[in-house]
Amino acid sequence: MDYVIEMLNIRKEFPGIVANDDITVQLKKGEIHALLGENGAGKSTLMNVLFGLYQPELGEIRVKGKKVNIADPNVANQLGIGMVHQHFMLVEPFTVTQNIILGSEPTKHGKINIKKAEREVQELSDRYGLQVDATAKISDISVGMQQRVEILKTLYRGADVLIFDEPTAVLTPQEIKELMEIMKALIAEGKSIILITHKLKEIMQICDRCTVIRKGKGIGTVNVAETNVTELAALMVGRDVSFKTEKKTAEPTNTVLEIKDLFVKDSRKVNMVKGLNLDVRAGEIVGIAGVDGNGQSELIEAITGLKKTNAGSIRLNEKEISNLSPRKVTESGVGHIPQDRHKFGLVLDFPIGENIVLQTYYKNPYSKYKILNYKEIYQKAESLISEYDVRTPSAYTKARALSGGNQQKAIIAREVDRSPALLIAAQPTRGLDVGAIEFIHRKLIEERDKGKAILLVSFELDEILDVSDRIAVIFDGKIVANVSPENTNEQELGLLMAGSNQEKAGDNQ
Amino acid sequence: MNSNKWFNILVPIISVFIGILAGAIIMLGFGYNPIQGYVALFNGAFGDPYFFGETIRQTTPYILTGLAIAFAFRTGLFNIGAEGQVIVGWLAAVWIGTTVEAPMIIHIPLALIVAALAGAIWGFIPGVLKARLGVHEVIVTIMMNYIALYSANAIIRNVLTNNADKTEMIAPSASLASEWLEGLTYFSRMHYGILIALFAAMIMWFIIERTNIGYELKSVGYNQHASKYAGMSVKRNIVLAMVISGAFAGLAGSMEGLGTYGNMTVSSGFSNIGFDGIAVALLGANSAIGVVLAAFLFGALKVGALNMPTQAGVPNELVDIIIALIIFFVASSYIIRWIILRFKKEGK
Repeated sequence: MDYVIEMLNIRKEFPGIVANDDITVQLKKGEIHALLGENGAGKSTLMNVLFGLYQPELGEIRVKGKKVNIADPNVANQLGIGMVHQHFMLVEPFTVTQNIILGSEPTKHGKINIKKAEREVQELSDRYGLQVDATAKISDISVGMQQRVEILKTLYRGADVLIFDEPTAVLTPQEIKELMEIMKALIAEGKSIILITHKLKEIMQICDRCTVIRKGKGIGTVNVAETNVTELAALMVGRDVSFKTEKKTAEPTNTVLEIKDLFVKDSRKVNMVKGLNLDVRAGEIVGIAGVDGNGQSELIEAITGLKKTNAGSIRLNEKEISNLSPRKVTESGVGHIPQDRHKFGLVLDFPIGENIVLQTYYKNPYSKYKILNYKEIYQKAESLISEYDVRTPSAYTKARALSGGNQQKAIIAREVDRSPALLIAAQPTRGLDVGAIEFIHRKLIEERDKGKAILLVSFELDEILDVSDRIAVIFDGKIVANVSPENTNEQELGLLMAGSNQEKAGDNQ
Repeated sequence: MNSNKWFNILVPIISVFIGILAGAIIMLGFGYNPIQGYVALFNGAFGDPYFFGETIRQTTPYILTGLAIAFAFRTGLFNIGAEGQVIVGWLAAVWIGTTVEAPMIIHIPLALIVAALAGAIWGFIPGVLKARLGVHEVIVTIMMNYIALYSANAIIRNVLTNNADKTEMIAPSASLASEWLEGLTYFSRMHYGILIALFAAMIMWFIIERTNIGYELKSVGYNQHASKYAGMSVKRNIVLAMVISGAFAGLAGSMEGLGTYGNMTVSSGFSNIGFDGIAVALLGANSAIGVVLAAFLFGALKVGALNMPTQAGVPNELVDIIIALIIFFVASSYIIRWIILRFKKEGK
């Protein structure tokens, strides 16, 4: 058999846990091979073993049939293995070419031959149809383009096998489509691809075979043509998963959030929200669909008091809340599940228990006469931990030590438990696996049924279509369309998000 | 959690040990007997009650500057200006001590409070500049150190005296000196200040670990974004941290003014009490109890070193090198941490 990479019966242990147990992955030349598993299943560990960052305890790795010992990433590079990281490793003020040659600069008499490098990079880009401008600065190009620079980086170093680590997590639907074209072009040129993902739809669309890992164990490899989404999900989670979130029809009542003619500038003093109008009523979930960078972050930061507004009004239950301090906004009944849970949602070096009271620590019973009552704090934390099934060794464990899904559950526990009239959920399921996503969607719908107003911001159209009762499409700082999830589809939303249907906005408003 | 705690205790101990070892190699290299040298160091710090008293005396201001710097560190600030805050605290304490007449029960607390206030103001200025304008506190505090040094000299010469090199001695009613402690330690300069320093350590622990203020300060230190999201005022906390930090350093100055010396002398350079506090805070892992222990070690080294030339014949310059080496390894405990982790990894 002509396998380019074989990882046979790999076992990797860390103190106290077995991260990989008897996993076998065989990559055929010219195929796209999916590596499917929940968060924490051991996908990254396995790839780090392949990339030489970890040494396996048992098992062997073969490249083109020959047994190899990959002692460090340099060896992996020499063997033609390249990794496209989920979090890009790019120097923002550098150009595309400067980033690509970083670490293996072509020099002449100690001087970098940047012209030659630029030519080579441009040739590579053209050959694979990547459409990257070799002289552009990283800070000036889109996220999708930056990812292509990462791809170019591996190609420039002569990679034959490319590992993509959750590549679509940061992309818009259009960019995802383009990425898939690029992957096909790579295959056509004789490359092989391992795609790490937990998005089943993508696997069905583009992969040839799929290896499933569950809780560190290799479950097996299936031919994608002979399987379906339901079967894959069941293999990954170990039980049947419902994809369509069950929910009753919304029964919205009074308006909770009312935004009129809102203008917000970003940190560069550029208007990002430009005359936005939006209503959210009690008992409904309004989904904001849009491509990243169309004013979503600024909108949320303006509502929650993290950013000043320049004009317009934000009313919560008929009280003006624009330009109040974040604490005042929180106290007036706004909950916020932030998009970036590490930056905003948690103090990672605080124990999980102290994170639970991040907005309420100064209130009775957690604090009296400005002195904290840790007994009360941890009692509360422990009750929320068990109610929301946050998997943590104890309430005293640092938030940093928890998995992404459990960190998010802790944030949701905190925000939902305060029972705010308006709950803002920004990308609440980003990077989470099917089980956690199911849980979070159920919680959002539960809150809706309790009569709360929910504002959901997501770049995942599936999520928007699945959970929302009403969809507001944001483009260039304005809501350009209000559609009902029953009467639309991804294609139409995609077009609206690209701003192609401005007239419809007028009809709906 | 538990192994982490052990790790935090183990690292400083190993650091000190390696430092002592490096000092020994230097002494050997220059032909001195390291054992004699270290015996002299030990005797000089603990050998008889007088030396022990001096060690405690030296430990006192170290505890307070260590606390000052640790406190700022907890909020993510590097208060390199403890030195200047010590100077203004010292000056303020001596000023009150020499010019005010009051019974002891009022005079001492008044002098201490004014010293703490002076230090607090010296911390407030860089705090406000950082919070409002984003000016880095390291730059401002370094400059504030020079302003403090030369202003204090000018005030001593022109305001407190008529062009003399030092102030008058403070009134007995403002003095922390204790005949009882002096008698106990064969007339060392040990004074009641140590009690104030230990009390300050308890205060620091209480603020950081038990109060709303401490929770906010730590939160801001760990993650400003999340703190803002949670409704805390990042700016207010930065200023507050610098003010409290400055107050501790100001108190450290008053220990010298009211306890050890009883006056203040025109000085051409820094006392280094504030700068040494940085190392004390680092070695003490920014915790109150750690700072007390680290300050004691620094005090012992500083005082014990004085005995090395006389008892072991190690020249003064070499003594300075040896002490610097010990401090170097202590301060670079980061390296030791890294090595231990590395061994752990390999062992598994």
